[in-house]
Amino acid sequence: MSQPVRLPEAAPAPQREPALELRGVSHRYGGKLAVAAVDLTVGRGEIACLVGPSGCGKSTLLRLAAGLEPLQTGSIRINGHLVADPRGSVPPEKRGVGLVFQDYALFPHLTALDNVRFGLSHLPGEQQKRRAMETLGQVGMAGFADAYPHVLSGGQQQRVALARALAPQPRVLLLDEPFSGLDPRLRHQVRDDTLHVLKSSQCAVLLVTHDPEEAMFLADRIALMREGRFAQVGSPVELYMRPADSFVASFFGEVNRLEAVVAGGRVATPLGSFAAKGFADGARVELVVRPEALQLHRGAQAPGAVLARVEAARLLGRTSLVHLAVTQPGAAPLHLHARVPGVFLPPEESLVALTLDGDHVFVFPQGA
Amino acid sequence: MTALSWNDAPAPALRRRFNGWSVATAVLALLIVLPLATVMGFAAAPQTEIWGHLASTVLGRYVLNSLGLMVGVGLGTLVVGTGTAWLVTMCRFPGRRVLEWALLLPLAMPAYVVAYTYAGVLDYAGPVQGAIRALFGFTSARDYWFPHFRSLGGAVAVLTAVLYPYVYLLARTAFLGQCACVLEASRTLGQSPWQGFSRVALPLARPALAVGVALALMEVLGDFGAVQHLAVDTFTTGLTRVWLGMGDAPAAAQLAVALLGFIGLLVALERLSRRRQRFHHATNRYRTLSGYRLSPLRGLLAMLACALPVLLGFVLPAGILGAWAVETAPQMVDGRFWLAAGNSLAVAGIAAAAATLVAVILAYGLRLRPNRMVRATVRLAGIGYAVPGPVIALGVMLAFTAIDGWVDGAMTAAFGISTGLLLSGTAFAVIFAYVVRFLALSLGTVESGLIRVKPHMDDAARSLGHGPGSMLRRVHAPIIKGSVLTAALLVFVDVMKELPATLMLRPFGFDTLAVRAYQLASDERLRDCAPAALAIVLVGLVPVLVLSAGIARARPGQGR
Repeated sequence: MSQPVRLPEAAPAPQREPALELRGVSHRYGGKLAVAAVDLTVGRGEIACLVGPSGCGKSTLLRLAAGLEPLQTGSIRINGHLVADPRGSVPPEKRGVGLVFQDYALFPHLTALDNVRFGLSHLPGEQQKRRAMETLGQVGMAGFADAYPHVLSGGQQQRVALARALAPQPRVLLLDEPFSGLDPRLRHQVRDDTLHVLKSSQCAVLLVTHDPEEAMFLADRIALMREGRFAQVGSPVELYMRPADSFVASFFGEVNRLEAVVAGGRVATPLGSFAAKGFADGARVELVVRPEALQLHRGAQAPGAVLARVEAARLLGRTSLVHLAVTQPGAAPLHLHARVPGVFLPPEESLVALTLDGDHVFVFPQGA
Repeated sequence: MTALSWNDAPAPALRRRFNGWSVATAVLALLIVLPLATVMGFAAAPQTEIWGHLASTVLGRYVLNSLGLMVGVGLGTLVVGTGTAWLVTMCRFPGRRVLEWALLLPLAMPAYVVAYTYAGVLDYAGPVQGAIRALFGFTSARDYWFPHFRSLGGAVAVLTAVLYPYVYLLARTAFLGQCACVLEASRTLGQSPWQGFSRVALPLARPALAVGVALALMEVLGDFGAVQHLAVDTFTTGLTRVWLGMGDAPAAAQLAVALLGFIGLLVALERLSRRRQRFHHATNRYRTLSGYRLSPLRGLLAMLACALPVLLGFVLPAGILGAWAVETAPQMVDGRFWLAAGNSLAVAGIAAAAATLVAVILAYGLRLRPNRMVRATVRLAGIGYAVPGPVIALGVMLAFTAIDGWVDGAMTAAFGISTGLLLSGTAFAVIFAYVVRFLALSLGTVESGLIRVKPHMDDAARSLGHGPGSMLRRVHAPIIKGSVLTAALLVFVDVMKELPATLMLRPFGFDTLAVRAYQLASDERLRDCAPAALAIVLVGLVPVLVLSAGIARARPGQGR
């Protein structure tokens, strides 16, 4: 039996004054539509993540917001002022946006300090230096002020690039895959530090990444893009717990997929019967089941349980992954992955009882 | 801390977008292509009697001589360049570090200068044959056999001695790029060092070697001074003679087009090989090369093998020149010498500045508006490096004469004023030809510098409040400064050495050092030409030293 979906609510989102507003933005490269009629508002102090597979248009959207790409359709406002529409645009140097790039783009002929001072030309010299040192201090690089970029490690360069973008106190900070040049262990550390720096800066932050875990780690709000459109926009919890379609559901983690046909408002599967609200009888649907939705009970008979044979079990650290086969009448056994917290390693070929947490089971039309 | 005021101010006026680069790029590229197009146009004109005469008498000799030179110099540079490159990159022997850059020294030697020195030393009246006669008591040339230096063989030897560095440079880079991983793999698979060379390194380096040989052969076909002095008639000498002696434009243009046919084949070979080179590049991960340690005897042989080309291509000719110059400088370094030196410096300086400026404009055009039209015109503009100087000179002469005639006719008709010759026969024509000839050099150098300014740096500078002008001044200028200076230096030196185009285009009585050396050598006053020739060689040494410093620094896998 399926459970009604409960959505654990995050703290209610504070009302934020909009800092960056994109309205009806579309963009074509040649004949190819890269961004299609996108609306997005990022509030002051908010961290929004644009996430999606490569080539989905997320970097284009960032470049449009920065003014690096002429706007073809729609409008862009920063702090309520129109900065771009199809008639023309405010050049990037007048927009007051900060930018951090995947390759950091530090100026090789300037020291870390002079890189950070680069955006402070409007200040008198002494204040430039004070502000630059202060920002370098925020990212923990005050000790490297006189170093040239080529002697800094990737993580250090990333911090200097962040300081350089933050020093002029932009209202909007745009980051394009800022961590993907770092190796995995360093990436986690730098990401953690960056989150705290961004939160204290009170900027509106728009960050592009292809890594769903990174988006969930950093974002107040996630916009998942596919082929130039937003597949879904919402808090990480919303995207994970109430995915709009099968693409969203599977983007944030590996899933089990089952195909079925609706009969009498329900779908019957080897794992039980589920409500399929809004589907006509005979509609072909796809059930998406997260591996953590499968609850395993060793040997014991749980109520409503289905028996499954263990094909393999592996400890992955904090969780265990169990490969299961469930027999279904008139078809090859159904192969499922179950993710269990802690160490749970039943012997191969043994039988386990399987129940489902309805919160992590989603019904979508097939082929959507 | 001052808050940014922009966000509180009313939104700045929306800006229009503007594009002037495409136009500038296209205009420049068309100017650069003008001489070549003119030559083609004249070649299509009806054939003259002179052409028929040429075809029946000398054309066969030109073809045979040119082919002979290409085969001989091609093989020579391939063997010498590849062999020395392999030895200095893969083997450890005494003197290797010095030879690694010394092998580039012949690049400083114009081929005609080397031809003069050896001709002076090896001719019947020279010290070598003189010593032989004195030693054996011979009294005339009939008494003994001595190789005739003024011959095809002599020209092959001279050109090989100065052109092998093209192959050496490219082979060395190729070997460095592939060595560590692939060669170690081949050794673990049971291959001896020699087998590693012949079965792995050589096939992998083949595209690079082909590029090097193609570049050397372009120089061979464009050479005028050396083959002229050694009495080997080629298309280039023939073209110069037809133009300067008979003034027959269509015949000269037809010779030029025949020459361009050979050049076209070489360019095709070069382009094709460069494309294949990318796939042959084995790895981007370098390791310090350990190299084969040679036994003392083999080490000595390797040292001699690498020292010989340096000796023949640079040390000996430079030594002979030096000795001659000491002897003749008191008479020859006179007012005319300084005048020629001043002219050389002036035209080289102006041409270097112009070629660099044009290169900067084209490189930025390519960066800012990388559309197909701009890309095609810039590539077309870069073709000059392959076109022999006499062909470009001919094109410039014909085009400028036509323009002068047209302007003169129009002015006479409209105002009754004859403007005469405005462009042809001026220093401007000479400098224009230099820019067309050497633009590829400055363009390549400027482009390689501009690549270091990554596009994201532009974006970063803009987002940090700097407009395009400020961005150019504060980000681009400091980063590309070095490349721009190098580009100017390379063009400067090549102009100093340039001979045939200068001879054909110079205003009456306008001597440069190269022209003066040529004229004295043509009068068989070889010792008297030494001061001018030596001055050219000394200037030519500067970029070679810059290049060798770069080689010492840019060894992948070391430092950084």
